[in-house]
Amino acid sequence: MSFFSEENRSLAREIIGRYPKRRSAMIPLLHVAQAQAGWVTEEAMVEIAELVDTTPAEVLGTCSFYEMFKREPVGKYLVNICATMSCALAGAAELMEHAEERLGVRAGGTTPDGLFTLASAECQAACTEAPCLQVNYRYRYRVDADGFDQLVDDLAGGALDDEIPPHGVTARVRQHIPADRAVGAVPPEAVNEPPVWMAAPAGNGAGSA
Amino acid sequence: MASYTIPHAPGFVANDAPRIVTERFDHPDSYTLERYLATGGYEGLRAALERTPEEVHGEVRSATLLGRGGAGFPAGVKWGFCPPGVWPRYLVVNGDESEPGTYKDRLLMELDPHQLIEGCLIACYAVGLSQCFLYIRGEMAVAQERVAQALNEAYEAGWVGRNICGTDFSVDIVLHWGAGAYVVGEETALIESLEGNRGMPRLKPPYFPAAIGLYGQPTIVNNVETLANLPWILRHGAEAFTAIGTPTSPGTRMVAVSGHVQRPGVYEITNGTTTFRDLIYGEDYCGGMHPGRELKAFVPGGGSAPWFTPAQLELPFEASEVGPQGSMLGSGAVMVMDDTTDIPAAALTLTKFYAHESCGKCVPCREGATWLERVLRRVCDGTGTPRDLDVLFEVGASICPGDFPHAAVPERGLEPKPFPYQMTTICFVGPSAFAPVHSAMTLFPEEFEARVAPNAHLDTGPSHGPASGTGPSDGSAPNSISEVAIRV
Repeated sequence: MSFFSEENRSLAREIIGRYPKRRSAMIPLLHVAQAQAGWVTEEAMVEIAELVDTTPAEVLGTCSFYEMFKREPVGKYLVNICATMSCALAGAAELMEHAEERLGVRAGGTTPDGLFTLASAECQAACTEAPCLQVNYRYRYRVDADGFDQLVDDLAGGALDDEIPPHGVTARVRQHIPADRAVGAVPPEAVNEPPVWMAAPAGNGAGSA
Repeated sequence: MASYTIPHAPGFVANDAPRIVTERFDHPDSYTLERYLATGGYEGLRAALERTPEEVHGEVRSATLLGRGGAGFPAGVKWGFCPPGVWPRYLVVNGDESEPGTYKDRLLMELDPHQLIEGCLIACYAVGLSQCFLYIRGEMAVAQERVAQALNEAYEAGWVGRNICGTDFSVDIVLHWGAGAYVVGEETALIESLEGNRGMPRLKPPYFPAAIGLYGQPTIVNNVETLANLPWILRHGAEAFTAIGTPTSPGTRMVAVSGHVQRPGVYEITNGTTTFRDLIYGEDYCGGMHPGRELKAFVPGGGSAPWFTPAQLELPFEASEVGPQGSMLGSGAVMVMDDTTDIPAAALTLTKFYAHESCGKCVPCREGATWLERVLRRVCDGTGTPRDLDVLFEVGASICPGDFPHAAVPERGLEPKPFPYQMTTICFVGPSAFAPVHSAMTLFPEEFEARVAPNAHLDTGPSHGPASGTGPSDGSAPNSISEVAIRV
């Protein structure tokens, strides 16, 4: 039995291969798992443990530390309303009140149709555009009550399907290191020499490109 | 390219000050390799590769490039802490921007990712770092996409990877991304996270991961904005860099100003000379407060920084002047409060942040931050007692023994207490939870005393937010204090 799809399994191998130690891939792999299922299942953690040579308990330990990893299903759209100072100064509390009324759930709750999970979040690095929120980590700036209602309508009606993927998917453009360009990751134990350009000036050909 | 339209991140406001890291921000395609190459891109790297690594390191050292992540430590000096003869060495890029009020690294990653990549390459070349891990905050999906796209382009075009520019300089840059934890911005916690662990700061010493870092190897951890300065420095020289700003704080820095100002924005300011008054009131900057409102207080350097009042407006962005006056420049984040702000509630939004983000490793922070939040919350609710105000200071003293830094309060004859503080915790999250409480209670004690007076709750209602309303919707001044209960 395996959790990861064929495609994600090969993606996982590609990601692991970039690190000098497999365990470093743990958080990226948890993201891949969450993108596949919408949340992080126990099966996923067991499989990640195998992939990075550790125990499921260790994976759970890491997973449970980080806010973004959900260990139970959440709505298709996770609406994170910032509550930290700059947004609070611009009326974030009123926005949350409105959101709760509109969606009919309290912060932390999920709508019965499974479409929206509403949450209070910490500073999102958009402080000049307060109050702000993120839907599945895609920003909306200077959101007022009308703007929020429009956003909910658009999400429910599918108008934002192109821009905002379902919960779990974060970046949709992934790094790909071409094999003929990669230097390759080496375990630190295997290296005790300075890199070649430190040993001798990079003069051989430098600047002639 | 992504097949859908990514909204351009707003916030940056251009002005006449010199521009080093934002010089491409006006171009709608600022993030593409094509635009980058057309505007001097990768020329700093070419210039670096024509010199020895030691010379490049020397150039950066003489530029006195201060770290832009919060501590303000000179990057060239930090690089020099790698113990000789210990290999391999790594570069870890701190793109975990999450200090309250801070909004600059995300712009640099979204709008000019190649500049950051070039900065990484220059650092790796100069210090002999054989692999680079570019750690981007988990919640920044678009920044991750833009950097991934830029890395893919750069690998394809031969700027990253094996034998860069046909030389024997070879380095991989690996895009890594987090999953939501403020404390991971602390450099040793960042390394723990990158090793696949819970993101808890490591015991110190060693104080710098340059000695023992990723996988126990020498590791340089640099902030995004710090690295983004390197291409310009190598292209134009350290002398041109130090010609901007002051000798002890040269160059420019990005500052986000948010809160109750006319034009909140992210500004690239001249380091060392620009004052808080210029920034908050200048026509080229925030344009002052909303009509009819006055400045009450401001946070000068991110949520962790002790607060200032109008008495400190003339201070420049110069650590050696701000520190003795009781605060720090931190991560370039100014949060402005006008005279309608409910000060205890504003402090609560920050203390709650740090209590939530405490990793739990150190007891004074785990317990102390939580109690600061709880006690402050009941004070804000109007259900606290005068004794609670003493409790807040007592709890704070268990995190930071001795006098906590604060600004001068001329009307009460209070001299400033210089930065920094003593601390009983491994990292700065604990003291940061106390900073807003201490500042608010020291600068505005009357607001707290009024809240804990008998029957205060009958006057104030169940609770108030710090908001003076959502801003002038009709072009007039913001509303008076909101009637809506806040739950922060």
